[in-house]
Amino acid sequence: MRAGKPILITVFLCLWVVFTGFAQPQKTMSVQVKEGQIRNTPSFLAKILAKPTYGDRVEIIQDKGAWKKVASRGVQGWMHASALTTKTVVLRAGATNVETTATGSEIALAGKGFNEEVEKQYKSLNRNLDYTWVDRMERFQVSSDQMEAFLKQGKVTPPEGAVP
Amino acid sequence: MRRLLLVCLSVHSLLLLSSCQTMESAATLATGIGQGAGVISASQAESLRKTTKAVARSAEEFTPEQEYYIGRTVGAVVLGTYPAYDHRIVNEYVNLIGQTLAQVSDLPAIFGGYHFLVLDSNEINAFATPSGLVFVTRGLLRCCRHEDALAAVLAHEIGHIQLRHGMQAIEKARMTEALTTIAAEGAKTLGSREVASLTQTFGGTISDITGALIKGGYARSSEYAADQAAVTLLRRVGYDPNGLTEMLGVMKKNLRAGGPDFARTHPAPDDRLAEIQKKGLRYAAVPAHAPRQARFLKALGNI
Repeated sequence: MRAGKPILITVFLCLWVVFTGFAQPQKTMSVQVKEGQIRNTPSFLAKILAKPTYGDRVEIIQDKGAWKKVASRGVQGWMHASALTTKTVVLRAGATNVETTATGSEIALAGKGFNEEVEKQYKSLNRNLDYTWVDRMERFQVSSDQMEAFLKQGKVTPPEGAVP
Repeated sequence: MRRLLLVCLSVHSLLLLSSCQTMESAATLATGIGQGAGVISASQAESLRKTTKAVARSAEEFTPEQEYYIGRTVGAVVLGTYPAYDHRIVNEYVNLIGQTLAQVSDLPAIFGGYHFLVLDSNEINAFATPSGLVFVTRGLLRCCRHEDALAAVLAHEIGHIQLRHGMQAIEKARMTEALTTIAAEGAKTLGSREVASLTQTFGGTISDITGALIKGGYARSSEYAADQAAVTLLRRVGYDPNGLTEMLGVMKKNLRAGGPDFARTHPAPDDRLAEIQKKGLRYAAVPAHAPRQARFLKALGNI
């Protein structure tokens, strides 16, 4: 029994060492996809309230599994965590301070690295490559309403609590 | 007690140090190569080494935006080998199922979204780019006797995307080279020489991925993992996971030995069946659903 307390303290200290820096919850996050979706409930079929775009900052209000309740420009709703990053997305690479961009862990530069310019350059070197169908298939869009109607018509029913 | 604490502390710092050092030495090597080839000057190389430390610390690969551009070109390469099947009803149907499945995956939000396209080929094959573009051949669609089987095919490809198998096919040295060049862009706008060098790295990245995708295939373990992800996705949406079992059964009959397709890049259907059963999926025939089957035949009856 006498040894119990010091061991407990040690374990606590070890945990503290490991989790230092991870414990602080993020208050704001950035949209890391071309077009995000803020929905009225944490579900992929829920109504879309707003579509924040790449680099937009959202305030995190609550976590629920893979979903985050966010606030952005007066709209509150739910976004899937995969659409968000803790990094600040800076939209214009040229205008950014050199020193801050060097610490890449906090900042992501939009349009950096493999971008439209590199694709263009690569295309000019490989003239046989045709992006026509890539562009066409990117326009194949299915809305939440279409998904819902499709599932219903085919009697495809997600089991309760199956979708994270 | 103090000893225990010390052990904890040193293990923790060792873990941190070792991962950082590996990345940094790899970066030193890559900048050395770039410098030798005359792509970048000595002072640029020095600033690269500095910035790479930051990249190594974050240990992150590419932004979703960069994956998007990688995926577009991988898609263009696939479409250079297999022509698109220009059939609106077929592609709409495949996108309805595919995009719905993607929404329940662990990675529903991807930079440019998920998009599916049928390829006009009798080969049994499918390809997924890291950016969410999924291609399936008519030959593979013919292995599906019902919608649950088609959903299994698409869910398997989504599995590869959510598990990032495409990005993992990029060679380590190339990954470091790319991240190093990209980190340099943080410091200054790239000149035409740097863009040329980045384009070269981009080309290498594309060949690494398409090499695995079209020629070599992923590791067997990656295929089994994608099957497992497919079973999960099917359950989440409400499809029968045995859609996968039945599809693999038909595929086994349709595959030609030594054919230029799935047989080369995937484990044999029997091995995949054994593996999904080992992971706990019991076989029971997929029940017939009249409205589901009607729309399946309407879209794919003549595929």
